[in-house]
Amino acid sequence: MRTKIEEVGLTFPSALWLIVFFLIPTSVIIFYAFKPGDLYGGIGEGWTLSNILNLFNPRHLAILWRTVWFSLLTTGICLLVALPTGFFLAQISLKNRRILLLLIVVPFWTSFLIRVFAWKSLLHPEGFLKKALVALHFVHEDTLLLYNAGAVLLVMVYTYLPFAILPLFTAAEKFNFNLFEAAMDLGATRSRAFYKVFIPSIKPGILTAFLMVFIPAMGAYVIPDIVGGVNNEVLGNKIAQRTFVDRDLPEASALSLSLALAVLLPMMVIFCLQATGSDKKKSKKASNS
Amino acid sequence: MSDSLEFDNVIKGFGTVKALNEVSFSIKKGEFFSLLGPSGCGKTTLLRLVAGFEKLDSGRILLDGQDITNLPANQRPINTVFQSYALFPHLNVWDNIAFGLRIAKHSKAYIKKEVEAMLALIQMEEHAYKKPDYISGGQKQRVAIARALVNRPRVLLLDEPLAALDLKLRQRMLLELDLIHDEVGITFLYVTHDQNEAMAVSDRIAILNRGKLEQIGRPIDLYEAPKSSFVAAFIGDTNFLDGWVAEQKLKEYSLLSIENFPKVLCFNDKQLSVGDPVHMSIRPEKIHISRERPADRPLINSMPGIVEDIIYQGDHTKFGVRVDGHRMTVFQQHSRFLLDESPITWNDKVWLWWHPDDGFILERYQMMKENDVENSFEKSEQEQSELGKI
Repeated sequence: MRTKIEEVGLTFPSALWLIVFFLIPTSVIIFYAFKPGDLYGGIGEGWTLSNILNLFNPRHLAILWRTVWFSLLTTGICLLVALPTGFFLAQISLKNRRILLLLIVVPFWTSFLIRVFAWKSLLHPEGFLKKALVALHFVHEDTLLLYNAGAVLLVMVYTYLPFAILPLFTAAEKFNFNLFEAAMDLGATRSRAFYKVFIPSIKPGILTAFLMVFIPAMGAYVIPDIVGGVNNEVLGNKIAQRTFVDRDLPEASALSLSLALAVLLPMMVIFCLQATGSDKKKSKKASNS
Repeated sequence: MSDSLEFDNVIKGFGTVKALNEVSFSIKKGEFFSLLGPSGCGKTTLLRLVAGFEKLDSGRILLDGQDITNLPANQRPINTVFQSYALFPHLNVWDNIAFGLRIAKHSKAYIKKEVEAMLALIQMEEHAYKKPDYISGGQKQRVAIARALVNRPRVLLLDEPLAALDLKLRQRMLLELDLIHDEVGITFLYVTHDQNEAMAVSDRIAILNRGKLEQIGRPIDLYEAPKSSFVAAFIGDTNFLDGWVAEQKLKEYSLLSIENFPKVLCFNDKQLSVGDPVHMSIRPEKIHISRERPADRPLINSMPGIVEDIIYQGDHTKFGVRVDGHRMTVFQQHSRFLLDESPITWNDKVWLWWHPDDGFILERYQMMKENDVENSFEKSEQEQSELGKI
């Protein structure tokens, strides 16, 4: 048994980390959210609920809705692409696997901002991609590829796809492909075996991939800002705008709070799901012994 | 009885390695048939071909007279018990067994009835709602068998199903397998590298070596009348002696000349004539060992030797006896008190003798050399790495 002092000593560094970088900033945000702003961009005297009430104004709700919608769509598309990719990666030879994994990671060697700007110039009406697609008659000359929801989704999926592929690949790598053969042996088609055996077996990996994409997607503001134009603002843009342009810290805090809640809620649901799953196992084990 | 499975000139290679080379044989309906051989002999490949996990390069596989060569795995009325069980970890025992029936879209009532009958057969009713991670190895084994049998396959494939179990459990499961086979009456195709398992339960055994069929027969045929030195060496222990036919004696016996060894009389059913090279085999338990010289008889091989080695093995003792330039292995059963002499010890002068009918003559060229054994292991590793990629 560990003594009390040892326990405190061992947890102290992580506790300190959490206090300094999570608890204090979050408290500051919550505190600011209930304060009025002053004329010079600072925090005023007294308390107010107006920032919180302002969140429910239809313009803000529309932005929140769009943020959640973009994030869910991004996450969904990423999972749909990453699942077969992980399945495939886990089955190929080690050499090919290393090459492909490297290709997935290589974009990270370039600055994120530069990559987003690269997309901007690709999708630009005078850009290479646009011209190539027009030449191939896939899109019309007048179609705009940039500054719309599609462009935001495209670049978001591009950016966050590796975060979905890597955990799914890790889960798929541990998957026993004998199970796949067993399912086929019992009469399942390939796709049936994929849904009935592969997907349930890598469920923890899917949940991780979901969080790894959904959380950063909710907080994204650079991508909508650069390729989204004026009509595709998300919460991140609004917070940045309130902070840097309007110097209205209380309202930025209130918006941040709503973003944090929007991220935390699905996370809590997933953790509860995982916890009940393992609880079931535990109780079964207990009844077994 | 008609044929259940028939292999017609099956050829299968992995890269440059021929895993199976022109294999042809058939398995009767309801038979407990074993494929036996060292690692890399092609037995697992053959099983995977039957299951439909591999495609053959050429040849045909027939099931009840119907060509199934190009039928995908999920459409074959054949089920497999995998070596590592391959139970679905996210499903409990009940759902694992019901998996195949649900895929086949049977009615709920039918599935319930069949699964419960299977649970009763494998005596796992009380564990029906446990996940595979929470049952023992022997129980997993039984669930794997039930999961396959519940689909009423025409052939059940078993891929070294007992390899992961300890010795006592293995023996018990083997007995259970035999009982289940008697109960369901379908064809069992059993793959193993363990000759004892195969001998214990099989109606017939096919011995494979390096992708070639060496011999098919009942366990007793393989042991008492092996067709090649490989089979003689693989099934049980034996002593090999190289020599040539020196003289035809009586009608069916030949006197063999062996370098640095007394002349040996041996039953000759191969119509070999004087001067032909031979490879002779005599099983260690067929040789008698004693300090007393045996009485002379017309049909006997007897020779003096010196005990060099004694290994006590519980039910019998294994002697290494030097006879001229050769070393013979001899087993003596422990019925020592019936023998009228004190136990044989190191450096004792002893007499070995056996009846000429107990020895058998094999073709000489098939002797497996040690580097060949290594080659076949390398092959098996290659084969496994090839399989791993799929």
